[in-house]
Amino acid sequence: MKTAVGLGSAKSGTRHFMAERVTALALTALGLWIVWIALEMLHMDYAAARALIARPYNAVLMIAFLIASFWHVQLGLQVVIEDYVHARGLELAAQIAVKFVCFLGAAASVLAVVRIALGS
Amino acid sequence: MPASARPLSPHLSVYRWEIQMVTSIVHRATGIFLSLGMLLVAWALLALASGPAAFAGVAAFCASWIGLILLLGWTWSLAFHLLNGIRHLLQDLGLGYAPATFVRNGWLVTIGSVVLTALVVACVFAQRGAA
Repeated sequence: MKTAVGLGSAKSGTRHFMAERVTALALTALGLWIVWIALEMLHMDYAAARALIARPYNAVLMIAFLIASFWHVQLGLQVVIEDYVHARGLELAAQIAVKFVCFLGAAASVLAVVRIALGS
Repeated sequence: MPASARPLSPHLSVYRWEIQMVTSIVHRATGIFLSLGMLLVAWALLALASGPAAFAGVAAFCASWIGLILLLGWTWSLAFHLLNGIRHLLQDLGLGYAPATFVRNGWLVTIGSVVLTALVVACVFAQRGAA
């Protein structure tokens, strides 16, 4: 990593490679956790579901899951678009759209978790 | 489409289907499908923050036939992408490249994803019985 950063084609590629894998590593644990949360919420009413997410450790893990997931989604879809969309204009539009949607999705859902945690 | 007719390498149609390429393709497909699942996660959290009426909308969608099929699809996609993702991380460390191991791990991931999905479905039914 130290020898690749800033050299030739590794300029930004190495950063993408590492970010994709670090978020993947985080999501191996958070991915199992979100399944557990979903199973817990399955038969809960509104108040119980809200109380579950409002617990500080669940709120923190949910925010971590949201940031890691939307980031990983952006990095993954970026590669898919690079591989399959060969028209320059369309590719640029798709890359920007994915970034906007991922950022808005992350921002909106993190704010939702904060509102739930603070009871506002 | 490329502007000029450049020569391209042979694509999917010329290859025999093998577990190595199937797991690779499915990893991408499940990744794209899971990306859409994040929209449901965001919708559910926004609804949970805004009130019981909005949350009832999410619950109704999840309980509908389309919702249940999508949830089952997302469960299996997550199981596969998670297990195959761990396989990819180990490969990044240089492990599991011997052809026999590579093929065996491909099958392990595929069968494991079905087992994990079955476990989750079993949990859902167990809870329904308890409720």
